[in-house]
Amino acid sequence: MNVSLPVKISLRTIALGYLFVLLLVPIGVILYRTFENGIGAFAESISTPAAISALNLSLLIVAIVVPVNVVFGIVVALALVRGRFPGRRLLQAVVDLPFAVSPIVVGVALIMLWGANGWFGAVESLGFKVIFGLPGMVIATIFVTLPFVVREVEPVLYEIGEEQEQAAATLGADTWQTFWRITLPAIRWGLTYGVVLTVARALGEFGAVIMVSSGFPGVSQTLTLLVHARYIDDHNTFGAYSAATLLMAIAVIVLLLMTLLDRKRSTEE
Amino acid sequence: MITVTGARKNYGSFAALDDVSLDIPSGSLTALLGPSGSGKSTLLRSIAGLESLDGGTVHIAGEDVTTVTPQKRDIGFVFQHYAAFKHMTVRENVAFGLKIRKRPKPEIEKKVNELLEIVGLGGFQSRYPAQLSGGQRQRMALARALAVDPRVLLLDEPFGALDAKVRTDLRTWLRRLHDEVHVTTVLVTHDQEEALDVADRIAVMNQGRIEQVGTPEELYDRPSNTFVMSFLGTVSKLNGQLVRPHDIRLGRQPELALAQHEGTAETLGITRATVERVVHLGFEVRVELRNEATGEPFSAQVTRGDAHALGLAAGETVYARATRAPQLDAVPVT
Repeated sequence: MNVSLPVKISLRTIALGYLFVLLLVPIGVILYRTFENGIGAFAESISTPAAISALNLSLLIVAIVVPVNVVFGIVVALALVRGRFPGRRLLQAVVDLPFAVSPIVVGVALIMLWGANGWFGAVESLGFKVIFGLPGMVIATIFVTLPFVVREVEPVLYEIGEEQEQAAATLGADTWQTFWRITLPAIRWGLTYGVVLTVARALGEFGAVIMVSSGFPGVSQTLTLLVHARYIDDHNTFGAYSAATLLMAIAVIVLLLMTLLDRKRSTEE
Repeated sequence: MITVTGARKNYGSFAALDDVSLDIPSGSLTALLGPSGSGKSTLLRSIAGLESLDGGTVHIAGEDVTTVTPQKRDIGFVFQHYAAFKHMTVRENVAFGLKIRKRPKPEIEKKVNELLEIVGLGGFQSRYPAQLSGGQRQRMALARALAVDPRVLLLDEPFGALDAKVRTDLRTWLRRLHDEVHVTTVLVTHDQEEALDVADRIAVMNQGRIEQVGTPEELYDRPSNTFVMSFLGTVSKLNGQLVRPHDIRLGRQPELALAQHEGTAETLGITRATVERVVHLGFEVRVELRNEATGEPFSAQVTRGDAHALGLAAGETVYARATRAPQLDAVPVT
């Protein structure tokens, strides 16, 4: 496309201005408010028992959700790409459901299912507390992050095809050896992206988690819930900003890791 | 020795293999030749165990392997698109089968280096497949297949993805390699020139069946039907008979189209024809002609020297006669 110089410049200005106002200004405000009283105040604010507990809880949820999603994601992606079974199209659609359903609806649905009066509510009387406990938050997070690994691994599986696996078979490798030595290494980049997206979403999830968490500081508050509680309930805006910055910092670290891995990939291929 | 007996394979209503029986002698290099959809790849993949048969049996070295998995068939398989393990170096690729078999490290190292020397990839051990050309990747794939000392080597259109020059180089190279290692080899190809060039036996396939099996000479000189004749080499139709264009003798006068002591122009069926076009193809000259009696076009192949001596030019009249025409079963050309 050929556009004149003034048009080009104004298009770029609009695009950059848009990004600036929508992304950079809000983030900048948070960073400014976090550090306006110096780094000491920030450190103090994120090292309160409630904050440390929230950070630990968020990381614990991530640590449970990621392996579950990796195993499930690979199995489902393999089934979708390689499988020939009735209901494959249905499964294809179901995988995307979490993208379509609002997280708060997920939360409501989980309460109706696992809550004291829900279909599976009986497990609570056995002493296993799902709703208002860690299991509920984990289930909610799994629900909303479920498509990421599947959707990142699936196209890679299509692309590599089955020939490498067949070649491995003719060379004597059994199914398990073929999976570990051929399939898994071949899909590792798709898997990595899927994991990164899962981590980011699991850390940031709010709507579904707030519905199923009791929200007690130091007990069942994740980082996002802490931000919310400090801001709304405690009117501790500075505390909210600090917690938000911590959340962002973790996300940035994850992003940086992804960029580093990406660079490693481009030198390898 | 590979023996396939009564092999059948259907994809829905399409019969990829329709009662195929074939013997492949030990140490031979046999080509399965046919157009796409003729079942040649399906047959090869059935021998490998990558495809299961709906009926019939496969024996390798006397052992019934019909229901044996590819892992246990003791075969080497080379794919058209290399199927290189992209995340492994050349060394790791070639060593794969040996590692699976848990051979001692020094033995693996020695074997891999030997094979890479044989396939001309010595010094490429640490490269990744992405850093190799297509021809090099395919040679690596061959080394990988040969590393496990397979009983049979199966090649599925191994040169199909390569450009013309590399293809001819590689097939000459494959022929030499086969003379060195003598492993029973089956090669699938749709390229008749490739089959004639490398194979010592050719099985021509068409519509899920084997049309004819024999040496390249047998198939070329004594094709059993019109399909085999027209698939292997060029054909021309002279007075309703299929002949090779180089078996058409041309002369300026009827008598000159005769070879010595063969009869008269009348008994030998000499055809008057008009030269329509003379095409110079290096050493050969293709003469496009029109039968003056029937109006049918046909073409003849003569050497450059003969074309010059005859002074062939468009519009002139010549006399043509088929010097030999094979006896064919009537099979419709598809």
